[in-house]
Amino acid sequence: MSADRHYPLLIALLAILTLALFLLSLTTGPAGIAFADSIKALLSDKADGVALIMREIRLPRAMLGLMIGATLGLSGAVLQGYLRNPLAEPGLLGISASASLGAVLAIYTGLSASFLLALPLAALAGAVAAVLVVQAIAGARGGALLVILAGIAISSFAGAMTSLALNLSPNPFAAVEIMFWMLGSLTDRSMVHVWLAAPFMLIGWAMLGSLGRALDALTLGSETAASMGIELRKVQFLAVFGTAASVGAATAVAGAIGFVGLVVPHILRPLVGARPSRLLPASALGGACMVMAADILVRIIAPERDLKLGVLTAIVGAPFFLWLVFRTRRSLL
Amino acid sequence: MTLLSVENLSVELGHRPVLHGLDFAVGPGEFIGLIGPNGAGKSTLLRSVLNLLPAQGQVRLCGTDSAAMNARQRAACVAYLAQEREIAWAVPAEMVVALGRFPHRPGFAALTERDRAIVDAAMRRMDVEAFRHRIATELSGGEKARVLAARALAQDTPLLLADEPTAGLDPAHQIALMRLFGSLAADSRSVVASLHDLGLAARWCSRLILLDKGRIVADGPPSGVLTPANLRTIYCVEAFFGEANGAPIVHPLDLAAPE
Repeated sequence: MSADRHYPLLIALLAILTLALFLLSLTTGPAGIAFADSIKALLSDKADGVALIMREIRLPRAMLGLMIGATLGLSGAVLQGYLRNPLAEPGLLGISASASLGAVLAIYTGLSASFLLALPLAALAGAVAAVLVVQAIAGARGGALLVILAGIAISSFAGAMTSLALNLSPNPFAAVEIMFWMLGSLTDRSMVHVWLAAPFMLIGWAMLGSLGRALDALTLGSETAASMGIELRKVQFLAVFGTAASVGAATAVAGAIGFVGLVVPHILRPLVGARPSRLLPASALGGACMVMAADILVRIIAPERDLKLGVLTAIVGAPFFLWLVFRTRRSLL
Repeated sequence: MTLLSVENLSVELGHRPVLHGLDFAVGPGEFIGLIGPNGAGKSTLLRSVLNLLPAQGQVRLCGTDSAAMNARQRAACVAYLAQEREIAWAVPAEMVVALGRFPHRPGFAALTERDRAIVDAAMRRMDVEAFRHRIATELSGGEKARVLAARALAQDTPLLLADEPTAGLDPAHQIALMRLFGSLAADSRSVVASLHDLGLAARWCSRLILLDKGRIVADGPPSGVLTPANLRTIYCVEAFFGEANGAPIVHPLDLAAPE
């Protein structure tokens, strides 16, 4: 099979691209530091201005781009496989919307100004609340349809509460702050954000990454998969809580970044021979590439306007998705 | 050893009783046709035996209480060929068949030589080798059904439960599948297949279980189960009964006159 032979090559290419974009992200910014100087400064233990910029501004930004992109790509691939629906994406479970609501409430109540991690912690609390409700509604015996319906209900409710907070916002500045935060961005994040998000993401990745073979079996439907020895409850638990931990943490530190989790698995699926287990690592790397590339672009296109990352991924992602739909339509006709 | 024994099995779906205290046992080397009109509970019976539905009563698989087994232990005893021919992604047919080896492989282990041999044999038996590399979702309905049947064979279990396996197959492949199930029974494995085609059931099965309204109304050799009286009362049809090449022929002719 050609996909068998091409797969290691594809993973290697994606890994190289990820590394290249990571280095490019480290060396892109308004400070205009030359490539060699910036890398040298990062690796040195000097404490001059360049080293400071590299360590405190560029490194966390590049790392978060990598981590958040990998999270979105991986969880998108897992959820599409678990729900056997190519339209599934991390936002479907209501986790992004609830994490946003947590952050918005922190801004609205002024809690976010009280200490540095107040906002991301509030967002994480929102994600935890959402996942507990989804799991409670979907129940022990579970079922993909219940998970989707519960996720849609929670997304809508969290969206409504966010709108209410905007509606009742005490002053226009708070409203603008809420709006801007919701657009999603990696600007001005610090290593503290990296350390906050990393443990949740690593746990989430471990849970999601363990599902490869179960997702392969689920290709034949949940009952056939169960008859082949898959514990559906365990798969549901790992998919839902793994997404909550990793995507909740991603949303907490960067806001909601759309379309990555939907589009990346779509692009890569034909390249891995459509096999769900193979899509997971490919999609994680692809997601990292996409978010880092977008984050480099926002710095290049409009360095002084602070173009939001989530805006760019949607502007590029939506037409691209439309093209994918168009291509699928042509193959169906 | 008894491969499957069911005692006092009752199932309710949404507070509606579907199966009422069924008892039967399947020994090695049997090819059992599960027959009965629409809604008799055939699929529910197969799915509750596989623990896919909550059920009351006792089910023993390969000598062990099913309630005390995990999904993997069950998968080592019984394979299931579902009625819905679902293949969600555009994967090659060969990969679908190889999924049958899933319960036998630990962790992320790759297919062994033995796994490959079993997968190849299953594909040969279902006559799907020719489209080994084709995309499974692009196959015709009958071809897809054969690939999925090969998947169930590759699981290589003592017991196979098949839900309407012949639906959508051409006559040659229907008969080939019946012969295959017969040959599994000759190897001391057993097959329980729900069937709507009474002609196939009469001709190829070693034993028939006739379900009606969630109860077993007849259980035994085809000649004892497919009687004019049973067809009239349970199926509401009149049928032709004959014999050819030493095997019975049953062919429904017309609706039975209302009593």
